[in-house]
Amino acid sequence: MRIIVALTIWILPQLVLAQDWEDRRLFENEGAERTLRIISSTDTSLFAPIVEDFLSKNPEVSVEYLVNGTADIDQIFRADPDKYDLLISSAMDLQLKTANDGLALRLSDVAHPPWAQWRQSLFAFTSEPAAIVVNKAAFADHPLPRSRQELIESLRARPNVFKGHIGTYDIRQSGLGYLFATQDARASETFWRLMEVMGALDVRLYCCSGDMIDDLSDGTIAVAYNVLGSYASVRVESEDQIEIILPSDFPTTMMRTALVSKDAPQPEIAVEFVQHLIRLQSDHSNDVFLLPSLRAQESDVERATIALEPALMTFLDKLKRRRFIGEWENAVIQK
Amino acid sequence: MSANMATSGSLRNRLVLILVGGAAILAYLLFFAIRNYATQVAQQGQDSILSASITSILDAAAIQGDVVEVDLPYAAFSMLSTAFDDQIFYAIYQDDAFLSGYETLAIAGVAARETVFNTVDYQGTQVRVVTASRTLIGKDKRTQIRVALAQTQDALAGTLRQISRNAAIFGASFFLLATLLSFWATSSTIGQLNRLTNSVTRRGPQDLSPFHKPVPSEMLPLVTSLNSLMARLDHTLKQSEDFIAEAAHRVRTPLATVRSYAEATLQRVDKEENRQAMRSMVRAIDESSRAAGQLLDHAMITFRADHLEQQDVDLSALIHDLVERLKPIAEMKDLTLRLHSDAQVPYKGDAILLQNAVRNLLDNALKYSPSESVVDIHVTCTPNVEIRVCDSGKGFPKGELDTLAMRFKRGMNAEGTIGSGLGLTIAMDVAVAHNGTLRLSNQAEGGACASLLL
Repeated sequence: MRIIVALTIWILPQLVLAQDWEDRRLFENEGAERTLRIISSTDTSLFAPIVEDFLSKNPEVSVEYLVNGTADIDQIFRADPDKYDLLISSAMDLQLKTANDGLALRLSDVAHPPWAQWRQSLFAFTSEPAAIVVNKAAFADHPLPRSRQELIESLRARPNVFKGHIGTYDIRQSGLGYLFATQDARASETFWRLMEVMGALDVRLYCCSGDMIDDLSDGTIAVAYNVLGSYASVRVESEDQIEIILPSDFPTTMMRTALVSKDAPQPEIAVEFVQHLIRLQSDHSNDVFLLPSLRAQESDVERATIALEPALMTFLDKLKRRRFIGEWENAVIQK
Repeated sequence: MSANMATSGSLRNRLVLILVGGAAILAYLLFFAIRNYATQVAQQGQDSILSASITSILDAAAIQGDVVEVDLPYAAFSMLSTAFDDQIFYAIYQDDAFLSGYETLAIAGVAARETVFNTVDYQGTQVRVVTASRTLIGKDKRTQIRVALAQTQDALAGTLRQISRNAAIFGASFFLLATLLSFWATSSTIGQLNRLTNSVTRRGPQDLSPFHKPVPSEMLPLVTSLNSLMARLDHTLKQSEDFIAEAAHRVRTPLATVRSYAEATLQRVDKEENRQAMRSMVRAIDESSRAAGQLLDHAMITFRADHLEQQDVDLSALIHDLVERLKPIAEMKDLTLRLHSDAQVPYKGDAILLQNAVRNLLDNALKYSPSESVVDIHVTCTPNVEIRVCDSGKGFPKGELDTLAMRFKRGMNAEGTIGSGLGLTIAMDVAVAHNGTLRLSNQAEGGACASLLL
């Protein structure tokens, strides 16, 4: 026992040193013996109430919440699946591939509709649309664009205003950005025209939704394309200078998913956490679940949600990805 | 009779066993045939989707410049979605160099335009792998693109589970139905046999006429043999009866002559020892003549019993006459005959046979009664018609009550009494011919009782 403690004390700092995290927080219950390690792409501020609610119901457990970008957490998790209990990410394609590769535990006693789970190992618990978020100030005397086509027209009409003041994901860095881009490209050629227009206007590329919204709210950029609506709506409540537009032509909606590692150190607690997540998202009366629940999708069939199916792995193919990124670079980075 | 016969198993059990066993085997085969067929069909279904998917992947391969591009179509994986969320693995090779996908997925060698299907183990699960290739021709080289595409078989297993369950239900119902049918078929077949058995059992002991009722063709040889056996038996019986009657008749007449000579000689002989010898002779002649007479009676009874005449008889009057006729003989032995009779005992039967039977019973009673005793004769019609003759002699020997009525069987205590051993047999035959029985018993206070129960 002493050796284990000593080893833990020696190893822990090494791990922490070895890995850079965007955010890292330990939610502690006093005297808790077991710690659930969650690796996630969701901002701590949005997820903290869920974790705290869980801790209040499970006093013997502590939770370590580790945040990084979707592509990063995928790599970190794949490198050491036995170090983390739960992987939560908005990049459905990466998550599905992780489950397909057999790295996720099959949870037989989690009841969830078939469209919101895959192989009883990947569980969706939010439904979040990709949005065009604009700074209202830039559109003071002009109509707000309601679709990608209108956005293209707005950008073309006033290139001087928008040059250097638009932003989108750098799909080479962001897993979610890549997912949105590929799904957009699959749906319509408009995506490529939009990318070309944005490329011509020296688009700024971001790794994460958070940074993009920060720049948008302080006026650095006027338009952000394919931002997570959920993150933006948190800002809208505080600052009313931005507008979230769900494109009316082909809206892309992502489901945030969770999976339990096949080699999870604490599988029982991890399963309980998944059940807790699913319970919270279906119970609409709580003020703990700040993310948009799946109910939005259940009631609104019109909105195309990216399906949880193996086809998501198509764009993760090395050749396909190389080709797609090549085309995207051609369009966006016009050096 | 059937109890002592050795049986070689039951025909019904054998039939049921064969039919039910056959049905069970058939149901079992049916289940496996359906399941195998379903497995093939389901596997073909999975194979054809895999085949379509791999074709679309190969179609998306192209050489651009010197680089091979494979633009995976979204539909290629989309069409592999199943309700059971099967996993998908794939690997793309250019000649022997790995290009993309799962490097650990073993790829089979495959000729151009050939599609190979295999079931292998990958990552601890059984997967169906399809491998196909396509040759691309570039500016100055030819290159072969090989693709392996694998899918787990959860959906297939699910489908098979369902089909197996249905096949099992189907097989079980078939078995149940076949079992019911086989029981029905067996009992209807055995029913025919039982009917024949019943009609044989129901026959009287003297009835040796052939069966005429229609029987199933399979049983015809049996019934024909039975009929021919009975015809032969009937013929033999008649012959021997005729022979006995003829023999008795031929013996009786000379015996009467011999007796009259013996009587005459007895009158003329004076010497006591010679007279004694003559008396013994007469007695022996009497005994032989009586036996011959009874043999004749028996033959007559056998004949009449076969062609029983049903006439109205008043048993009371009939027996009264008989008793009156026998009274002189009884008085010679200092015996009293006492008749207790209902006023009228009407009965339908053969008067001659009945008289003969009672006569034999009375003869026995007179023979075995001690001097100066009484022989009681009861004739009654309530509750059933019964004629009972009781004496006060030694009674029947114990232990022989069942066998005394057999032909030529005489009691152990009959030494020194004239008799042929046919008297009770005749009475018994008459009773049976009238669907009655002869009951022999001993009275508690001594003496034998013989009852004709008609």
